[in-house]
Order: sequence, then C-alpha cells, then structure tokens
Amino acid sequence: MNNLRHMMNPLDFSVEELEALFDVANDIENNMAAYSHKCDGKILATCFYEPSTRTRLSFETAMLRLGGKTLGFADAGSSSAAKGESVADTIRVISCFADICAMRHPKEGAPMVAASNSLIPVINAGDGGHQHPTQTLTDLLTIRSLYGKLGDFTIGLCGDLKFGRTVHSLINALTRYTGIHFIFISPKELKVPDYITEMLDSKGLTYEEVIKLEDVMPRLDFLYMTRVQKERFFNEEDYIRLKNFYILDKAKMELAKEKMFILHPLPRVNEISVEIDSDPRAAYFKQVQYGLYVRMALILTLLDMTDAHMNEGLLREF
Amino acid sequence: MLNIGKIEEGFVLDHIQAGKSMQIYKHLGLDKLDSTVAIIKNAKSKAMGKKDILKIECDIESLDLDILAYIDHNITVNVIKDGEIIEKRSLVLPKQITGVIKCHNPRCISSIEQELPQIFYLADEKKEIYRCKYCDEKYSDGDAAAKV
Repeated sequence: MNNLRHMMNPLDFSVEELEALFDVANDIENNMAAYSHKCDGKILATCFYEPSTRTRLSFETAMLRLGGKTLGFADAGSSSAAKGESVADTIRVISCFADICAMRHPKEGAPMVAASNSLIPVINAGDGGHQHPTQTLTDLLTIRSLYGKLGDFTIGLCGDLKFGRTVHSLINALTRYTGIHFIFISPKELKVPDYITEMLDSKGLTYEEVIKLEDVMPRLDFLYMTRVQKERFFNEEDYIRLKNFYILDKAKMELAKEKMFILHPLPRVNEISVEIDSDPRAAYFKQVQYGLYVRMALILTLLDMTDAHMNEGLLREF
Repeated sequence: MLNIGKIEEGFVLDHIQAGKSMQIYKHLGLDKLDSTVAIIKNAKSKAMGKKDILKIECDIESLDLDILAYIDHNITVNVIKDGEIIEKRSLVLPKQITGVIKCHNPRCISSIEQELPQIFYLADEKKEIYRCKYCDEKYSDGDAAAKV
C-alpha cells in the first residue's frame, strides 16, 4: 500500500501523468469493449454525503463499464454519518469492503481526511465549494480531444466567475500549459477573484476581463459557460437581477467561429438556450461522455491497472 | 528591580510584546520541557515601553522556534552557549503550523471531524499567507499572537 495514490486536486498529477491518463481515456473512447472486463471482481464505493445524481451515476457507470461492481450511499441521511461517525472511521470501514472509493462531502477537505485514513484509493468527487477534480479532468480531456492539444487557444469563461468552483479549478489547471489566452466574461458582481488574476500575472499569462459576451465571441476557440447559482447569493433580488445576464442564444452564436466549442459543467438552467443544442459547436453533452471516459481511466490509474490495458490498446493498433 | 541570573545554555527570547509570554510558553511546549524557564512580564523597555522576556535553559538543539516567526516577527532570539550569546537567530516562517491557529471556515471538515489537528501550510512566503490544509482557506491576519 506504499504506492497508494488518491485524486484530491487536479494538480496532484503532473502534466505528463495527466497526458497518460487522457491517453487511456481516449483509448477507452475508441475501444470501449476491450475494457469491459478490466475491473472484474473490483468494487467501487460511492460515498455521497450530499446528493449529486450526475457525478454519482458517472462514477457508478464508469465502474460498471469496467466490469466492476458498486456499493455506497447517496446522501448522508442513509449513512452512518447520521449517527455521528467521523469521516476517518467511515473510510476505515469502507476500506474493508471496497477496492476504491469516490467521496462527495459538503465539508471542504473531507475527502482529504478520508484519504489520509484509507487503505484504498480515494477520489474527491466534490467537497463543498473547494475542489471537484474529476470535473476539471473532464474539461481538460474534452478540450484536448476536440482541439487536439492542450495549448495555443483562446478560452472565454462566462457567467459566475466569482463563486464558480469549476471555473477556478479549470483556470488553475490550464496555467500549466502554454499559449492559452483567457477572457473572463461576467458582470462586475461575479468577476473572477483577485487571487486568480494575481496568479495569472505572476505566471506571465495573458487575460482580459470584459462585460459583454458579444464583444469577444469572434475570438474564442472555447466558450465555457457557467450557471449563476441561486445558493451563492445572499438575497433573491441580486439573483433575479443577474441570472439572465449572460444567455447564449442563436444570435450570439452567429458571431462565433465555425470551429468554436461550447462547454458547460451542467446542469444548465437557462444560460444556454435549448436552440443551441443542435449546433455542432455545442459540446456540453459530449463533455458528459468524456467525463465517463476520464473516470474510467482514473479508476484504472489509481488501481494501478493501466499498463495492461494500454498495451492491449496499442497492440490492437497494429 | 528583579534580577534573574544568567543561563549557561539555551535561549533568551527578548522583545516579546507585553502580556504575550504565556502564550508563547504554551506554543513552544515549554510546559512539557524538564528545564528551567524564567518568564519575565512587563519588563521596562526603551523601545517598547513594556515587554516580556523568556529565558529557557535547555539544549539549543532541542527546541523548534519556527513558530515564533508566525506569532511575532519582532521577537529577538538570543542563542546562549557557555553563558554567552553566540548567535542572534533570525526567524523563518514555518512551512506548516499545527495546533496553533484554527480554521474559521464553517464549511471546513475541521469544524466537525473529531480530533482532527488544525494544520496550516505556508502558501505564500512573501505575503505570509497560510492556508488551511483541508479547505485552503486563507489565514493571514497580522497580529497572530492575538489569536493563539
């Protein structure tokens, strides 16, 4: 167990390790059937202390597609946490049952506490407003798969850039690559925090902050849309005033490049008009698919089972 | 005027903000040290008006003073050997602080998990920013001694 690895933060993996992970994910995309028994006999525990249908189902599907099985709970009420059990004790018990664990918890840092007490790999499946690494890995894989590489593009991030955990995490992850220009598009109430722009300054990376989406649409290679979340606001008035501020519709899409891709961590409310869904540039449902591939690849990587699979994949190429 | 004798080996921590010596005593773990410790409170000081001083008789390798840098930069650390000052040690911010400050983020796991140590790491040495190991919440208030 000395080589036990966890996934707490996208930066836990080096750029090279991420490339290897994405190679596995793309191989899964192209050869799904070849992976369908790779985790036979393995069990994934999904410990979800707060509801998250999409992420939990994605993890469970990932393990089922690999031939493994899943167990777990979908909210804290149906777990021993309701009896007051600590996260440390819960993972010690889960370690006796499962081979790998995906944990979502409303308290920030809970998966890290779990990892430090675990005998099995732990994946942070979201801890409050802190980290959601598999979403960031999904975003990176989607960009790499659609664009062919992670670098040399202009990405616009639009909507709630102040509270948006996925946006902060993605920016942070993208700073390790070269040639990326960031354009932050938000109302001033929801602009990206200073520590992000300070970080970009300190790394010599270029960015712009703009108010209007239309002004920058023609220059974007990627547009990452986010939801304005009601729970982030202290009063409903502010929420109602801002929620419709940035809605992507057909008229705005006419300004965009033919090869631009629209990403969104989902769920969407109304920030992307449904009329866009049929546009070939709408990549947000494809992104969900990549989320599955990257979780499958991550499970294999953390269980230290990638070499065999990749070798098989490479053999198939010849 | 109260006189405290010289120490042969150990430390004299001078220019401690008046009234803070007991907190430093606690955070250096001096209560667990089996040696002579003199706590001088409210000594006269030209520069500070009043100050506290700690004299600690101990092996100079036995005490980790890094936490002082976090508590108060202005403390002077005199290292004593054979009754003489052999070094005025400059304080270096510790890479990690355990059990000294508490995370105030109500969403942090440290707010509910039993017996979880409060651990902060040095995120930005220049700006002296510490962040919670669990939730990355910033803790960078100036007067740390007031909070310990």
